[in-house]
Amino acid sequence: MGGRDTDIVLLDEKGIRCDGRKINETRKVSIKAGVLKNANGSAYIEFGENKILVGVYGPRDVHPKHLSDSDTGILRCRYHMSPFSVGERKNPAPSRREVEISKVIKEALEPAVMLKQFPRTAVDVYMEILQADGGTRCAALTGASVALADAGIPMRDLVAGCAAGKAADTVILDVNNEEDQAGQADLPMGYMPNLEKITLLQLDGVLTPEEYKKCIEIGIDGCKQVYEIQKKALQEKYFSKGDNN
Amino acid sequence: MGDSLIIDQLKKTQILDLLKEGKRADGREFDQVRELTIDVNVIPKAEGSARVRLGDTEVVAGVKVQPERPFPDTGDKGMLICTAEILPIAHPTAETGPPQPNVVELARVTDRGIRESGMLDMKQLVLEKDKSVIGIFCDNAVTDHDGNLFDACSYASTAAINSCKIPKYEMQDEKPVKIEDEFIEPPITTLPVSVTMAKIGDHILVDPTIEEWGIMDARITITSNSDGNVVALQKGGSDGFTQDELVKCAEISVKVGSKIREIIKQSSSGED
Repeated sequence: MGGRDTDIVLLDEKGIRCDGRKINETRKVSIKAGVLKNANGSAYIEFGENKILVGVYGPRDVHPKHLSDSDTGILRCRYHMSPFSVGERKNPAPSRREVEISKVIKEALEPAVMLKQFPRTAVDVYMEILQADGGTRCAALTGASVALADAGIPMRDLVAGCAAGKAADTVILDVNNEEDQAGQADLPMGYMPNLEKITLLQLDGVLTPEEYKKCIEIGIDGCKQVYEIQKKALQEKYFSKGDNN
Repeated sequence: MGDSLIIDQLKKTQILDLLKEGKRADGREFDQVRELTIDVNVIPKAEGSARVRLGDTEVVAGVKVQPERPFPDTGDKGMLICTAEILPIAHPTAETGPPQPNVVELARVTDRGIRESGMLDMKQLVLEKDKSVIGIFCDNAVTDHDGNLFDACSYASTAAINSCKIPKYEMQDEKPVKIEDEFIEPPITTLPVSVTMAKIGDHILVDPTIEEWGIMDARITITSNSDGNVVALQKGGSDGFTQDELVKCAEISVKVGSKIREIIKQSSSGED
């Protein structure tokens, strides 16, 4: 609400944002699948200045045993920020914010993952935020989908993440750190483009009903752009010439 | 555990069969909230308080007010912190010890709804810039759990803060000193109200009971303010929503929320 007072001009008179983007433009996203040796699947994603490494283990035995479910496999997610990922050192112990984000990302991935095929097992998704610059939950979700696919886990769709929001009284796509701090609203979103379902949605900040509709609309559009980059990352690993993976 | 799973399955079948006929197990309309009663000032030692009963879900919220040293980057604003906890008396599955992820989520969603709405004009709660500000702490205790704790905590927090009396403080020798028997009105700008909806199959149900909560596919909590704008939102559960469903849910939240806002207003002005 209102945002913090800063000297940054979030949107100039030509409609250009503080990092040079247009209002409906995402930051540069690059993804590489299969970057870790030990993990069953992995991905490295750069989403603007965000740098995130995701490793997937499983399906594997569940420990502790009482968590296992004889009807279905379970998905476990850990979103964690490295102490050096932000301006002031972050305490490495998981914060309440990280506990909540881990939960919403898990619930954003569950609709996509066909867990019923692996009863009594667990799939563990570990997301490590090496550098954070606003929108880490969407970037981590995006990378986690690619890592799950890389691990060969059967999926109904990839989940792509991108935020919409409001800064300088304008609806914008892919909110960066400055816009999140000084802006008026942030609406992170996760979307399955083939199934046309929104699986992650949160909001901080005030939106009129019209702005809310517009944010969802452009958020979906941003997720579709991210989705193309996810597919390309998987194609590069599995279909490029001379690669025997 | 095995028995309850079978009972859950039976309940799910029963609830789904009823939904096909357009009915809910307790006879409510899809967009009807359970009976809601709000009593304020139930804890006289707290500066503000409210007891909310939403069906058989019960929450007690208490507001404590005390001077605090502000965070370095927000020295020109008062402090506001909302928490929530599920007491072990509330449900057989509620546990003591460190909070589970669902409780952390409940507390954070409750806090976000109040905070992001800008319910309080925090700039009016500064005693001396960068030195001392007024801290408002709103703690929610769930005492009986029959589903939809998000909304019960939202109404309890809003009602408790809306009815609180802030003691007057003055800076004397660089220290905040309480002036006895003098109070200021809380700087209320808007009344945030959340409305939680469960998605079961293609149905959207407002204010789910614990049975509906147990079998829902996904849920969404949307908080609106007095102007009918959306101020906070949280999706949960293991399924997704379509774009059309999200637009419809926001409309329901604003519509249902405006009725609940009236109940909160009456609770603080009522003589009973």
